[in-house]
Amino acid sequence: MGIARLRSKIFQVAAGIAAVSPLFVLLFVAVVLLKDALPAFRYQGFSFYTGLTWNMGNAYANNVVVHNGVQAAPGATFGILPFIVGTLASSLIAIVIGVPISLLSAFALVYKVPPRLAKWISPMVELLAGIPSVVYGLWGVIVLAPVIANQVGPWLAKLGSVIPFLGGSIGSGFGLLTSGIVLAVMIIPIITATSRDLLAQVPKLPIEGARALGMTSYESMRHVALPLAKRGIIGAIILGWSRALGETMAVLMVSGNASNYLPTNLYSPISTMASTIAALLDSAMNDATSLSIHALALIAVTLLVITMLTNLLARLLVQVGRRDIGTEG
Amino acid sequence: MDQRVHPMAPYDTTPQVDFHSQRRRIQSIALWGVALLTLTLVVLIVLDILLSVIVKGVPGLNLAIFATPTSGIAGGLQNAILGTLVLIALSMVFSMPLGILGGIFVACFAPARLASAVRFISEVLAGIPSIVIGYFGYAVMVLQWGMGFSALAGAISLAMITLPYIVRTTDASFTQVPGAYWEGAIALGMTPLMAVRTVVTKLAAPGVMTGVLLAISIALGETAPLIYTAGWSNFDPSLHLVKNPIAYLTYVVWTYLNEPFHSAHQLAYTAALLLVVIVMILHILVRLLQRGGVKHS
Repeated sequence: MGIARLRSKIFQVAAGIAAVSPLFVLLFVAVVLLKDALPAFRYQGFSFYTGLTWNMGNAYANNVVVHNGVQAAPGATFGILPFIVGTLASSLIAIVIGVPISLLSAFALVYKVPPRLAKWISPMVELLAGIPSVVYGLWGVIVLAPVIANQVGPWLAKLGSVIPFLGGSIGSGFGLLTSGIVLAVMIIPIITATSRDLLAQVPKLPIEGARALGMTSYESMRHVALPLAKRGIIGAIILGWSRALGETMAVLMVSGNASNYLPTNLYSPISTMASTIAALLDSAMNDATSLSIHALALIAVTLLVITMLTNLLARLLVQVGRRDIGTEG
Repeated sequence: MDQRVHPMAPYDTTPQVDFHSQRRRIQSIALWGVALLTLTLVVLIVLDILLSVIVKGVPGLNLAIFATPTSGIAGGLQNAILGTLVLIALSMVFSMPLGILGGIFVACFAPARLASAVRFISEVLAGIPSIVIGYFGYAVMVLQWGMGFSALAGAISLAMITLPYIVRTTDASFTQVPGAYWEGAIALGMTPLMAVRTVVTKLAAPGVMTGVLLAISIALGETAPLIYTAGWSNFDPSLHLVKNPIAYLTYVVWTYLNEPFHSAHQLAYTAALLLVVIVMILHILVRLLQRGGVKHS
């Protein structure tokens, strides 16, 4: 028995070490990114977040510029405001389009679709969550962008005289609106599935009571089910938002990859923080002072902090939401 | 509404709320109509994505795709298919033992505080955008550790992304095993290891498998963490795990689509089709496992 006990102890210790591995990974990533990002912050300061121009400087010049003890290629300035605006604008469009669709779908799935049909639709929604982001990008390129450029864009542009940002040049179909719609499609399964699971756990009794008191089925959902699930649903929305903020490949493929200017209308080419890292790392390697790489690290740190905060808030709300419904103590 | 009625006034028998108001019924029907239409829209989008990929991808599907590697902008996808398999297998070598052991620890051995801490950390890790992991892999593994663009650097990056998912699903499926099984095993004199191995694992296995399949499906679809860690190669993967770049399917989809040649586009479409088909197969397997798992408990 002694040996069996010993083996069990060893197993437990090994499992314990494995259990803290995510913490090590997280700390390692955070430390490396912070260390890498520091020179860029010393060089650029807070104008990193307010500057409009991203210029890696003249990589072929012989002289290096030194600022705050950091070496840089001559002419190098790193401002990421356009990327921040691109990230926020595209994810906001995704939320505006994706949230109503997701919530209505979730309510329909839970309350109106017959279970036999829901059994087929639910896996389809989940499959949507599993499709690789490059495939979304491909769909955006071959299906969505032409539709935006030829049908939706011209139609929306007619409203341009009334609503700001809708008018102006429609461009090639690669830009803010297309990115936003692709992101919307990507976050729909996340928000739908999470809210569906929450709604499915709302106790039947209060809803039946509301119906018995004469509420219509819409009213019982609006005044009974929704308040119970509200915080959880907000969590689900933030979860989707967090995903949209960090998405790289799909956006990279359909955004038109603009830098150094802010979007002027709904169809302007944009870049997001995530897509910029992917797009520019290649050319940043040519910077002998490697400050360009540090600047990308600073974008990564910024993105990391933003997505971590939104993600935590979301998880917290979903958990609180489950407690609201009473499925988790 | 707030007018006080004199107590002696004759009792008003007309109902305050019109229970059969046409307006409210129409509102209800209209809203549910819109909800059902939106759900139909979602289903149509899924079908449109699948159909576009199938329609574009199938013409390029032939045996040569599997038998020849890419050459420039043409050729087959053999190197990418094999490379994807190598990257996934290698990443699972790292993330499966760590994730499953970690999940078991959280569910079976960890004190409540530690368990919730690990769960919390895993959620945080799962929320990190994959391009951030890609940057990390490039800065640390490719440059600092001198691995170069390689299968190992790519696989470790993928493992970092899939690890929290495996921890979470393993944890969840072991937690769902009723405590009585565990207590019974311990009461029979089993060590915790024996209890886990014999009794509990049998019940938790389908759930753990589900998690691993989902992790594989995530690893399969990732691109951002691989661009600057795995690189790209026109040759089939070799046994050299460092300093040799390796091909993978998602790379074909996003780069070959930008090439101005039909042959390149066709390869991108076909690669996308293969990815979608594999993801669908994985999802069907997950469904089957879940059904089996429910029957058990």
